[in-house]
Amino acid sequence: MMIYADNAATTKMTKTAINAMLPYMDITYGNPSSLHSAGQRAAEALADARQTVADILGCAAREIYFTSGGSESDNQAILSAAEAGAKKNKRHIISTSIEHHAVLHTLNKLEKQGFEITLLDAHENGIVRPDELEKAIRPDTALVTVMYANNEIGTVQPVRELGRICREHGVIFHTDAVQAVGHIKINVADENIDMLSLSAHKFGGPKGIGALYVKRGITLTSIIEGGAQERGKRAGTENVPAIMGMAAALKESYDMIDEACSKLIPMRDRLIEGILKIPHSILNGDRYERLPGNVNVCFEGIEGESLLLILDSKGICASSGSACTSGSLDPSHVLLAIGRPHEVAHGSLRLSLSHENTEEEIEYMIENIAWTVSYLRSMSPVWRDLEEGRKEHVIQ
Amino acid sequence: MLYSEKVMDHFMHPRNVGVIDDADGVGEVGNAKCGDIMKIYLKIDNDIITDVKFNTFGCGSAIASSSMATEMIKGKPLSEALKLTNKAVAEALEGLPAHKLHCSVLAEEAVKAAVKDYYDKNGIEYDRSEFPDCATCAHCEGGSC
Repeated sequence: MMIYADNAATTKMTKTAINAMLPYMDITYGNPSSLHSAGQRAAEALADARQTVADILGCAAREIYFTSGGSESDNQAILSAAEAGAKKNKRHIISTSIEHHAVLHTLNKLEKQGFEITLLDAHENGIVRPDELEKAIRPDTALVTVMYANNEIGTVQPVRELGRICREHGVIFHTDAVQAVGHIKINVADENIDMLSLSAHKFGGPKGIGALYVKRGITLTSIIEGGAQERGKRAGTENVPAIMGMAAALKESYDMIDEACSKLIPMRDRLIEGILKIPHSILNGDRYERLPGNVNVCFEGIEGESLLLILDSKGICASSGSACTSGSLDPSHVLLAIGRPHEVAHGSLRLSLSHENTEEEIEYMIENIAWTVSYLRSMSPVWRDLEEGRKEHVIQ
Repeated sequence: MLYSEKVMDHFMHPRNVGVIDDADGVGEVGNAKCGDIMKIYLKIDNDIITDVKFNTFGCGSAIASSSMATEMIKGKPLSEALKLTNKAVAEALEGLPAHKLHCSVLAEEAVKAAVKDYYDKNGIEYDRSEFPDCATCAHCEGGSC
């Protein structure tokens, strides 16, 4: 038995996506840049896929650029806005303390090149406040980049409002929507989004493919030089099969968002309710403004990696913001940013559901997580100190 | 697989888990901020470790290292327990991933800290240079945790 509850890491590809890819491997395998009919058939398919993605996001096909995934899209969006800003002597960028490393590390690079970075506070509920964005905007602000939904704690940001503020101040607004696309209905025009990153493998598509939406009028800088693919902004022969798989998966996930949410949200809420019955546990991220499948909890007195290993032995695939799972010594920057102390952040568990999970699986997870937490606590000197009153509980 | 079969065996079925209420020596090393704490309890009779128990907060390799270290010193004279090295613990576990080697270091230090506690409590003379001081260990220094 395997219960897969790590859909924020990656998703199972859908049959629709796989079937959409296959003909582009051995039938329509031409290079879209080739003049001959084999190539042109691939070019037509590529144009259709671009139109599909554009229709779903509410933009024009020429505003969609295919990339290798979310990280590349984030890098290119931020570096492009920075370069455009620098030309006008604007070297200030606003982001948040809970962004993905694809954003944070790109910002670190720019900081070394003389940019000034302001990170908005995500507060205890993991959500930034629009009035704090408004206060942070300066005449030299070149870009605001705020993720749509957080990959760890699942919190959904007030993107429409943030976008409106950016537009009023004439600042480019980028959103890393890798965790949101395919799970939340997004319309870039209605939500005042200038640039948006997405990744196919988060919604049932293949790995290694993504897209960047760039509103017409914003100059994109290419970070991979070579041929003239993607209107000269992203060199390299297009991964046609993957692009076809991504477009098919996106369409499928959009068509069933309402159905998926009506199944996911009650399962998520039951899981949260069941897990929070464990003493001294706390939900990370806002209780309501979160992705339909995201549960993230900290347990006092235990460490996340050992929790994951035991859960894996019981057939449960989950994730943790513990330092030990990342290979670094620091626990998740997101959990620290929302105010969890180091020792509590080490004991985190993320479960990210898909509509394929079942109510039985939810009950099995609740029961086995409770058992495992209690077992690990029974051998934890930290827990003993807390229970015997030598240390004070941080989580009540 | 991240860990060897031996590590997984000692993690899933740890030996000597528990507390000794009337322990003759207790050693605690590590730091909750860094994500691992090991506490080792010793029962000592005539310089022989007659019983040993541990409690560990930490990752799979920290729990496995504690389990293995307690097995390696149980029934042994103190002089032998003091010779236990982190390398020997890691080897007995059929290796640890590079970024987990500090777990075996913690195990060695926890054993030494427990023996030192026994010496201190009983006024037994010992060579201080043989005992690492957790406060000066580089692992948790410099805000790297």
